[in-house]
Amino acid sequence: MNLKLIVIFLLMLCLGSFALAETNTVNKDSTAVDSIAPPAPVTMFKAFDTPNDHGHSITLNWQLSADDGAGQNSVLQYQIYRWVPYLMDSLTTLRKAMTTVKEEEIKRGHEKVLKKEMRSLKKEYNAVLKELPSAHKAYPNNGYWKEVGKVPAGTKSYKNTGSKEKESQDYLPDLTDFYYRVDAVTKDSTVRASSKVFGPVQCSGQWFNTGRIPVLVAVILFTFLTIYFVEKAKNGAKLYVRPLSGIEAVDDAIGRATEMGRPILYILGLGSVADIATIASFTILSRVAKQVAEYQTELLVPTYDPLVMAVAQEVVKSAYLDAGRPDDYKEDTVHFVTQSQFAYVAAVNGIMLRELPATNIYMGVFFAESLILAETGALAGSIQIAGTDQIAQIPFFIVACDYTLIGEELYAASAYLGREPLLLGSLKAQDYAKALVIILAIIGLIMSNFGWTQFTDLFKVAN
Amino acid sequence: MKREIPVAITFIVGTAYLIAYFIPHEPFNYFENWFNDWFAVIAAFAIWLGVLNLIKISTIKIVRKSPDWPYSVLIIVSFIIIVFFGFYEGYRGLYANPHYSFRDPGTSFDWLYVNVYTPLSATMFALLAFFVASASYRAFRARNFEATLLLLAAFLVMLGRVPVGDILTSWLPHQYQLSQWANWIMHVPNTAGQRAIMIGIALGLVSTSLRIILGLERSYLGND
Repeated sequence: MNLKLIVIFLLMLCLGSFALAETNTVNKDSTAVDSIAPPAPVTMFKAFDTPNDHGHSITLNWQLSADDGAGQNSVLQYQIYRWVPYLMDSLTTLRKAMTTVKEEEIKRGHEKVLKKEMRSLKKEYNAVLKELPSAHKAYPNNGYWKEVGKVPAGTKSYKNTGSKEKESQDYLPDLTDFYYRVDAVTKDSTVRASSKVFGPVQCSGQWFNTGRIPVLVAVILFTFLTIYFVEKAKNGAKLYVRPLSGIEAVDDAIGRATEMGRPILYILGLGSVADIATIASFTILSRVAKQVAEYQTELLVPTYDPLVMAVAQEVVKSAYLDAGRPDDYKEDTVHFVTQSQFAYVAAVNGIMLRELPATNIYMGVFFAESLILAETGALAGSIQIAGTDQIAQIPFFIVACDYTLIGEELYAASAYLGREPLLLGSLKAQDYAKALVIILAIIGLIMSNFGWTQFTDLFKVAN
Repeated sequence: MKREIPVAITFIVGTAYLIAYFIPHEPFNYFENWFNDWFAVIAAFAIWLGVLNLIKISTIKIVRKSPDWPYSVLIIVSFIIIVFFGFYEGYRGLYANPHYSFRDPGTSFDWLYVNVYTPLSATMFALLAFFVASASYRAFRARNFEATLLLLAAFLVMLGRVPVGDILTSWLPHQYQLSQWANWIMHVPNTAGQRAIMIGIALGLVSTSLRIILGLERSYLGND
């Protein structure tokens, strides 16, 4: 009985397997029914040297495949191919070899054998580089199609940008014949349609970026205005300069510190010496330090950047010298704290709460630390004057400080403080340029509202 | 000569940068990289300048027993510890197989960074939340017309940015709900104000740069 049952069970199992196999066959057939027909290729495909660049870049444009967003609607993406000679693979091999030698040098030190090997590899590499243009001319022999990028369906252009560095793996040589094609690819990557091959096309750097003509015109105009007003000031013309309450308050703040017998804290911010805001801050520091030296008040300048510290030391030392009190200058007036943002904040807050400075001056580049510094200063009861070109931080300073130089006022302050005709001339030019910008903005606004965009298009700047 | 040479260098470098902006062709497109490399080299040396200054000032404070001198002890001890572990791990990593950097996870330097430096920095950053509250309290006091306007705008933006704002005004058509008011304030008056400041900053930057390139502004050289 049991044997019979086992036999029946086995038979059923076999029948089940057959049935499953049958079902799979049916499934296979159904897949065959769903197979995708090849899509239409892209049309009007062309490649050209990317304009207004330093070279090493080719731009490709095409019209979408008829099956992209229409027709069979089967195109998912476009794959871009460039024909590359086998010689390019030799470059890759040589690069790898050079990397290995470099790693060996790190391990074993700069041994003579390794140096010699590196020299020979570089020589070989440069020789291959020289052969690249002629190897590309051999199209379609001794090479293959290499995918250089892909873009989703609906995209009509691609920029094949390579590196200008000869030792980079993305190096794209200038003045070399390139051949491109674009494949319209469906969800089954084997079902695709290739465009006609476009080539030869070469890339090269341009001698002038025509997309930046508006900037050039603005620079010339501004330079002309500056030179005109500087000359005018030199000839003795009296130039009216708008008052800056924040800068005028500096004198009062220094006087207050002197009366209270407390120090003045000057913060140059987190910027480097390469930041124009920091350079503008040096001018204000120079003026403050000179007055501090005259009043014999204490000045504290904790810095975030060692280079800023070095320049600030020189500025303060010179200011003491100008004030006729070089002996009063102390080495620790300007000192380095740290290059860690919040550690710097902690240190400066500590100074504020321990030394209780009468005046805090913040001029330069500030980030998230602006409010922490300014609020601590306000809690310590100091008069606070701030100036920064960081838009996101201006509201914090306005809220927590007594006076704030907003944006360009920081730059104007340096000229305003100097009171030299030459500097005031440039300040005047700045004001006129601002007036010109306002007029142009109003004209642009009116014209755009009437749909005349030609005027605003004149000011478009390409990257 | 002490002034003329730096002014000449500034003029040459500034003009080169300006030209490179308009001419993308070689070798002009390499200028930025070259100058940045030189700047990085100078900055690397300057770090030692900063470190020496920090140690010098702190040591003087300790020797003279100036007020709060124990903080200076803390600075020097912390400096020595982090430098020691940095060099120690760097040396070990160089000769280990495979190589590792002193900053890699699992090193004692990384342990100090993760367990000491990061929490301390985060603590300082967290203070911002309290300071925003105290600053807002002072800023939003309706002392005059402008402050009242600021208070009103802030009230609408804050309420419009949270779901309850729309719930409170759900009886109004969509375009009059609080979130739309908040968006309008942020996109129209706020953006207009910010752009005005940005244009001013750009002009100020150009003006100051021109003064520096032409040598009219020399205060950064140490003379007024």
